[in-house]
Amino acid sequence: MAVTETSTPTPTRPAAAPRKAPGRGAGRAVDWALGIWSVLALAYLFIPVFIVVLFSFNDNQGRFNFTWQGFTLRHWQHPFADPDLAKALTTSLEIALIATAISVALGTFMAMALVRYRFRGRTTVDFFVFMPLSSPEVVLGAALLGLFLTLNVNTGFVTIVIAHVMFCVSYVVVTVKARLEGMDRHIEEAAMDLGATEWTTFRKITLPMIAPGIAAAAMLAAALSIDDYVITSFNAGQTQTFPLYIFGATRQGVPAEVNVLATMLLVAVLVLMGLNVIVQRRLSKRDRARTAA
Amino acid sequence: MSLNARRRLLPWLFLGPGLLWLLIFFLYPLVNQAAVSLMTGDPEHGYTLTWAFHNYTDAISNYKEQFGRSIVYAGVATILCLVISFPLAYFTAYKAGRFKSLILLLIILPFFMSYVLRTVAWQLILSDDGWVVGVFQTLGLIDENGRLLATSTAVIAGITYNFLPFMALPLYVSLEKIDRRYIEAATDLYASRTTAFRKVTVPLALPGIFAGSLLTFIPACGDFINAALLGTPRQYMIGNVIQSKFLNILDYPTAAALSFTLMVFILIGIFLYARALGTRNLTEAAI
Repeated sequence: MAVTETSTPTPTRPAAAPRKAPGRGAGRAVDWALGIWSVLALAYLFIPVFIVVLFSFNDNQGRFNFTWQGFTLRHWQHPFADPDLAKALTTSLEIALIATAISVALGTFMAMALVRYRFRGRTTVDFFVFMPLSSPEVVLGAALLGLFLTLNVNTGFVTIVIAHVMFCVSYVVVTVKARLEGMDRHIEEAAMDLGATEWTTFRKITLPMIAPGIAAAAMLAAALSIDDYVITSFNAGQTQTFPLYIFGATRQGVPAEVNVLATMLLVAVLVLMGLNVIVQRRLSKRDRARTAA
Repeated sequence: MSLNARRRLLPWLFLGPGLLWLLIFFLYPLVNQAAVSLMTGDPEHGYTLTWAFHNYTDAISNYKEQFGRSIVYAGVATILCLVISFPLAYFTAYKAGRFKSLILLLIILPFFMSYVLRTVAWQLILSDDGWVVGVFQTLGLIDENGRLLATSTAVIAGITYNFLPFMALPLYVSLEKIDRRYIEAATDLYASRTTAFRKVTVPLALPGIFAGSLLTFIPACGDFINAALLGTPRQYMIGNVIQSKFLNILDYPTAAALSFTLMVFILIGIFLYARALGTRNLTEAAI
């Protein structure tokens, strides 16, 4: 949900004309208070993230990484030193890749059906798709494990992927739907009027237009999958993922290499988001140039 | 196939695979869970369905403390999230100017860092020899040897922290959507800034407040990471019980009964809300 927010620039409203209103000074005081409050709230959100990054540079002894001992790049030189940790991270990345691909494919078509067609049962399906989003993760994870136990399925890599696709699909549907709803239907109709088949229209018109929504949905799904602890903890069996490794490590102290890898992931996501914004800007500029010509 | 029949079939073809996945791995497990919750037996010999409705009464009466704690912690955290993020969302929507995108990025930034690891960072912040505890002791908010870690305060602070973006984003979206001319009209008609805020802005932001509250309260109710990492068994919530029953004690019927009770409780809430506002609003505000 968050990624859509940044990828589609919100139209800025023209600023309200300045008006002399009574109590303007009081208004300014309120604005300042709001600003300060916002900075504090953002600090509350940001401080733990900052600490994780900071302690990836901590020159700590042993595994205990709770007090600042001095600056070092030691952990950054060998982030994959612990084979278990390296394995857990690769497993998480593999799961994220597969789960994202499947959930984006399934979810995009569902979103298309829900936005583009009026059919009996649409509202029910809409509500049904929203349900996993509004169920506590512990319930989803436990229920799915119950199913695997009943069917005598061994939990592991495959069951984690199944679980991740299950909760990612709904997020994909919601994200792609938002993009589709904001799209001008007439362009597709024009293509079909000009003799394009439904499939050609989909490939040449619809898909490129909803591509940013799909990209945002894919990033969201990948982020959710990599970070999921609760549902995974139920369906992982002996398989270790990155969050499971971290949670297991909290007992003896989380090694600083974990902070390094988490920081790398954070930077990677920020770079991807930045690229996404740049590509969007380029594309819309090109479109505008074309329309002008 | 006639064109008409194809038209009618097409949406279901699109929906099919995804819907099937959700039916098999979301809905069916819930039904299965309902059946498991009515079984009796033990881990060695397996469980059989005996329609043991007493599982529910037993589970609820044995764990009413954890249930109560989940609701209270999640409720307090939801209110705190609302109090913290309403001014933030208001500032972002109306006053932030060119900093708007930056603030939104900062709000979602924590999502890109491991949830468990951020909660571990809170352990560090609230640890007994940390400066936060020091400041609290000097201010007399906690006594000389008082601690923050392993208290309800720590768990609630952690939950509030972890779910804050889920409140802030829907609030921002619904505030941003408000047509500013309504607020101007109110002030033009001699409403004070406060009155305009109370009578125009807040009512128009209600969908966001509701959506944000649900998106915060529901996951907070089921959360067990914060209680596990920042609390002690004395702060454990219903999620902790469900997890340990399922994974350690292998008492599946009790775990199923507990999680089903939690689910039903939450579904009733959603249903009431959906009836009051329509699901469209809910999904829209949630994006």
